[in-house]
Amino acid sequence: MDKFTKVTGVATPLMRQNVDTDLIIRIERLVDNVTRDGLGPYCFEQIRFKPDGSEDPDCIFNQKPYRDAPIILSRENFGCGSSREGAVWALKGMGIRAVIAPYFGDIFNNNCFQNGLLPVALPIHEIEQLADEMKASPGNARVTIDLENCQVVSPTGRTIPFQIDARRQHAMLNGLDDIAQTMARKDEIAAWQTQDKTARPWVWL
Amino acid sequence: MGKTLFDKIWDSHVITDLGNRFVLLHIDRLLLHDMSGGKALKEAIEKGYPPAQPRLTYGTPDHTMSTKPGRTEKTHPPGEPLILSMRETTSAYGIKLFDLGQDGQGIVHVMGPEQGLTLPGTTLVCGDSHTSTHGGMGSLAFGIGSSELVHVIATQTMVQRKPKRLRASFEGKLMPGVTAKDMILHLIGELGTAAGTGYSVEYAGSAVRALPIEARLTLCNLTIEMGARTGMVAPDDTTYEYLNGRDYAPKGAMWDRAVAHWRTLPSDPDAEFDREHTVDMKNVAPQITWGTSPEHVIAVDRAIPDPSTGPEEKRGAWEAALKYQGLEPGKPIEGTKVDWVFIGSCTNSRISDLRAAATIVKGRHKADHVTAWVVPGSVRIKQEAEAEGLDRVFLDAGFEWREPGCSMCLASNGERVPPGKRSVSTSNRNFVGRQGPGARTHLASPAMAAAAAIKGAIADVRKI
Repeated sequence: MDKFTKVTGVATPLMRQNVDTDLIIRIERLVDNVTRDGLGPYCFEQIRFKPDGSEDPDCIFNQKPYRDAPIILSRENFGCGSSREGAVWALKGMGIRAVIAPYFGDIFNNNCFQNGLLPVALPIHEIEQLADEMKASPGNARVTIDLENCQVVSPTGRTIPFQIDARRQHAMLNGLDDIAQTMARKDEIAAWQTQDKTARPWVWL
Repeated sequence: MGKTLFDKIWDSHVITDLGNRFVLLHIDRLLLHDMSGGKALKEAIEKGYPPAQPRLTYGTPDHTMSTKPGRTEKTHPPGEPLILSMRETTSAYGIKLFDLGQDGQGIVHVMGPEQGLTLPGTTLVCGDSHTSTHGGMGSLAFGIGSSELVHVIATQTMVQRKPKRLRASFEGKLMPGVTAKDMILHLIGELGTAAGTGYSVEYAGSAVRALPIEARLTLCNLTIEMGARTGMVAPDDTTYEYLNGRDYAPKGAMWDRAVAHWRTLPSDPDAEFDREHTVDMKNVAPQITWGTSPEHVIAVDRAIPDPSTGPEEKRGAWEAALKYQGLEPGKPIEGTKVDWVFIGSCTNSRISDLRAAATIVKGRHKADHVTAWVVPGSVRIKQEAEAEGLDRVFLDAGFEWREPGCSMCLASNGERVPPGKRSVSTSNRNFVGRQGPGARTHLASPAMAAAAAIKGAIADVRKI
C-alpha cells in the first residue's frame, strides 16, 4: 500500500451530500478493460463532462485552481452506495490524496485505507469554513493534512485536529500490507478453525 | 446483560483481538461474482496466496452477463474476459462455480440462500454492497471491497472494527398493497440514507416475524441504502422451513444439531442496542422514490416534495434531484408518465416477487409506450415461474421474459434505460445515472412496478 504522511495543496469544495460511488466511477469503466491506474480520466465523468464528451466549464473540477487539486472537501456521507473499490482507484488516478467530509460510507472508508487515500472526518462547520477560505483566495489558498500529528492546517493557518484509529494511522504512515500481517497469525487461524470444525461441523462443507 | 443476535455471531467468530476495537474475524462463506471474482482470485494467486478455503468459496456470474433470451458469455463482449478468468481461476482451485446455463446460476444474493449456502449464525462476505441481503437468513453478511476480497481469499479472515447496534422494529400488520420493499423504503425515508453508517441493524417486531424468508431478504437487501453494511433478522421456524432440504444445508442428525444451535442465536430479551427505532405499520403505505437517493421516498398517494418547505440542509440536494428527475414540486407523483419498467435485481427477483407482479399483470396488457422487462433472479426461479405459467402471463402482456442476472439494476452488462427516460424499477438504487447515463429511476415494489407498466404511469397498486 502507498504510504501517506502529509499532503499540502488546493482543496476542491464539492459541497454536496451523499456523493455516491456510482457518481465517482461508472460501473462500466470497471467492466471495460481499463487498468486500476487508468481510471482517473473517468472519475466524476457524469459531472465533469457534458453528454457530448466535452468538459463542462461549470464543474468545479474543470476550473482553475482546482483542476489538479489533491484534496476534496465534501458534505455528509461521502462514498456511500456501491462497494466498488474502483471509486478509490479513480480518485487516486485523478490525483486525489485525501477527502475531508463529516463522515464516509463504511465500505468506501475501508477501501480508502487499503489504498493510501486518507479519509479525514471533520465537523461540517469546519469544512464549510475551509471551503470559504479556499474560495476567498483562489490560486493561493492551500490546505495541509498532517497524518503524523492528526491535524489539518487551513489556508489562513488555523489548526484543526482530527481523530483516526491508531491502527489505521500506523498502517497508513508505514504503508503496511494487511495480508502480510494476518498471515503472521496463520497458526491462530488454524487453531480457531480446528475447534470450530468440532463445534459447528455443519458449516464446513 | 444479554447479548444481541449480532454480538453472538460476531463474538463467536473472533479469532483474536487486535486492539483499538479491531478484531480478526473468521469468514465462513465467501461468494464471488464476475465483476471482481476472477480478478481477485488472480491477484491473490499472483501475490503468492492461493485460496485458503476453496470449499467455503462459491461463485456465479451475474453482473456483466447479458440477460437476452438465448444469451451466452459472448452476447455482451466486455463480460467475456471476466467470466473466462473466473472459470480458469475457480476450476484451478476446485471452487464451485454455478456457471451460465447451469442449475444454480443467478444473482449472487439470490443464489446463496436458494442453494442453502447462506446459513444462520455464519459470517458471509461478497464483493458487493448488497451482501446484507443474506442477513434475512440470520447470517452476519456484509459487502467488501476488492482489497478486502483478496484478504479473505488468502486468509479466510477479515480485520474488522465492531460496529454499533441499531434495532428497527416494525410493529403491526401490513396494510393492503404493502410489501417488505415498502417497509424498508419507508424506514429509509424516516431515518435517512446515512442513519446506519457505523451500525449493524437488526430488524425485529411483529411485522418482521410474520414475513416469509424472501421478504426478509428484500428487507435486509436495502440495509446499505441507509448506510449500514449489515442487516439481520433473527432465525426462526420460518427460516428453518425454508432451509430444510436445500442442496448445501446440513442434513439428518447434523441438521438437528445445527437447528439446536441456531435457536440460541436470537437477541436476549435484555440485550441492549445503541439505537432503537420503531415503525408503526399503520403508517406504511406503498412507497415510490421521487429523487436520486433512496431517502427521497414518499407514499404513492402523496405530492412531490417542495424543496422550499423541506429541511434547510437538504434543499440543494432536493432541487438538484427534482431537476435531474424532471419533476415539478407539489404535483401528485401518481400519474407521472413512465417509459420503462424493470422487475428484477437482488432486491426483488425471487419467485414471490414474480408472482406478486404477475397477479397485477394477468389478463391485462402493458401500455404501448412502455418497455417492460422481467429478469428472474436465478435459473431455478426462472424454471419455477415457467412451470407456473408466469412467463406466459408476462409475455402475453407485452413484457420481455429474460435470463437471470443483475441487468438494469446497475447497467454493468450494457442493459440501460436510455438518457432522459423514466423507469419504475424494483431494484435498490436511484442514483444519478445508475440505470444508464441520464436515466431517471423510481424505486418501488414488484406489484407497483407492474401497475406502472399497465397504466403507463406511476400508479397506486391499491387502485388496480
